[in-house]
Amino acid sequence: MATLLLARRHTWLSLPLIVGLAVVGFWLLATLLAPQMTAFDPLDMVARRLQPPSWQHWLGTDALGRDVLARTLHGARHSLPIAVVVVSVAVAIGAMLGAVSGFLGGQVDNAIMRLVDITLSFPPMLLAMAVAASLGPGLGNATIAMVIVWWPVYARLMRAQVLEVREREHVEAAVAAGASRPRILLKHILPLCWTPVLISATMDLGQVILLAASLSFIGLGATPPTPEWGSMISDGAAQFYSWWVAFGPGLAILTIVLGFNFIGDALHDHFDPRSK
Amino acid sequence: MTRYIIRRLFAMPFLVLGIVTLAFLLTTVTKGDPLTAIVSERQMNNPEIVAAAKARWGLDRSLPERYVIYVGNLLTGDMGTSFITRRPVGQDILFRLPATMELVIAAMLVGATIGIALGVLAAYYRNTATDHFARLFALFGSSIPVFWLGLAVLFIFSVKLGIMPGPGRMDARLPQPPEITRFLTIDALLAGDFRVFIDALWHLILPSFVLGWAVAGTISRLVRANMLEVLGREFILTARAKGAGELRVVLRHALRNTLVPTLTVIGYSFAYLLTGAVLTETIFSWPGMGSYAVSAARGLDFPAIIGVTIVGGVVFLVTNLVTDIAYVVANPRVRLG
Repeated sequence: MATLLLARRHTWLSLPLIVGLAVVGFWLLATLLAPQMTAFDPLDMVARRLQPPSWQHWLGTDALGRDVLARTLHGARHSLPIAVVVVSVAVAIGAMLGAVSGFLGGQVDNAIMRLVDITLSFPPMLLAMAVAASLGPGLGNATIAMVIVWWPVYARLMRAQVLEVREREHVEAAVAAGASRPRILLKHILPLCWTPVLISATMDLGQVILLAASLSFIGLGATPPTPEWGSMISDGAAQFYSWWVAFGPGLAILTIVLGFNFIGDALHDHFDPRSK
Repeated sequence: MTRYIIRRLFAMPFLVLGIVTLAFLLTTVTKGDPLTAIVSERQMNNPEIVAAAKARWGLDRSLPERYVIYVGNLLTGDMGTSFITRRPVGQDILFRLPATMELVIAAMLVGATIGIALGVLAAYYRNTATDHFARLFALFGSSIPVFWLGLAVLFIFSVKLGIMPGPGRMDARLPQPPEITRFLTIDALLAGDFRVFIDALWHLILPSFVLGWAVAGTISRLVRANMLEVLGREFILTARAKGAGELRVVLRHALRNTLVPTLTVIGYSFAYLLTGAVLTETIFSWPGMGSYAVSAARGLDFPAIIGVTIVGGVVFLVTNLVTDIAYVVANPRVRLG
């Protein structure tokens, strides 16, 4: 009976995780090996325009006669790195400010947290649009816009962690032993704070991919002819009756975000077994 | 509790000021020349317009002075003139807000109905196919790009199957009811035109489902978690022991006790809906704030973009405040200093 229960728990714990890892792994592969995975160049006119899917072109061709499958696979080379950059930079900035805020307290804490409050009081998409539009279209500026939208999340999380850890006894012991303040923060507090921040960052990768695609979809991210998923769907919307133009990139976004969400869901279950 | 509410209300003006300040800062980073944020490229060669704009927004003055003028203009409701529509941005937004609210409210209803139903079923039939389906439904909802989903449902249900209307708020062949509230469903009812009313509802189905799916998923997860907790309590056992039917136990005894957190998450979902509305409206040619924001962003229409951002931020702040206060009022166990 006990083994049966364990086995059952085990499947739920690992099945989404395995699917998630497999899907994300596939797109990681596409990021690295897209040119080797397809016979066509994503920017070249390789066939007649707006051809439906066929054996030659599995996902059809777009309005300029480019192979949609090739473009979709190459799209991973933009979306995945951007998401990683946005989340890493946002974690770096947010965690640093959050840690300082929680550790020092007082006026510094107040100033940083009010900035966090204000940034978080915008609907994320609207703020990202406004920043991206102000900086001008382009993937680089869209990346900056997304970092601006995302860092406060990690600042809040990190601050809460630091506030909790700094009350623990080993920190008191370090203070009593005469450790300097930077040393206490870096050596005694921060190492214990990272886990939730990193879990949350992993789970956010999918959402950042969605946001990046949304910005590109409305023309604030990638500029033509970049094979970026959001702007490819925008091309697809212009060719509404040739459904295959938008199908490939949409499926790409859906699967990769789903993959990250599966992983996140599994992690969530693992760390919060109450919701099982 | 009263202290908490007062403190939150007191913080509001500062947060709104923060939003405005951030928006102002955005206008100053636009490609060096803030004038490009107020005057469109075509009018840049017209010295009269340039001079007038400079005077009205104080562009020839220092940054702090400009900030004061900007806030002053905002206080009188002046958010500048849209390059694209050539109307005051404030007026544009006011005209378009009801269409967005109508869509967001419809999506909220769809999301809450599906979400609560699925959450209850998933908790009651825990670890069965129903539960797994609910979990997948929620995961798909938060993974699918709304703009792609919108295209897909339009293509399938409107073009291929022909059972749903296409984009827009109503059939263009029907008479437009007089615009009183600018909520099409309400205006149609006020005009006593039931055909338009039904048609408007019919047009709301696809976009509100597209927009509401993710919210339905979030709500279903939360309702499930809360239901599981409540269903394990002793008063449920008591109710069953007293011979209450299963339906009564689930709906009257258990679900009731999960309503407070559910209402809270519905309130917070507003931010998501507002964000999603931007993209959904674009796909469905919905004449609301979202499609306005997108055409502004595409045309680099800065006064419009900044205006929408400020209004969106304020709407978001207010709904979160109302949700927080409602949560504290409805749940006396929460004690905040």
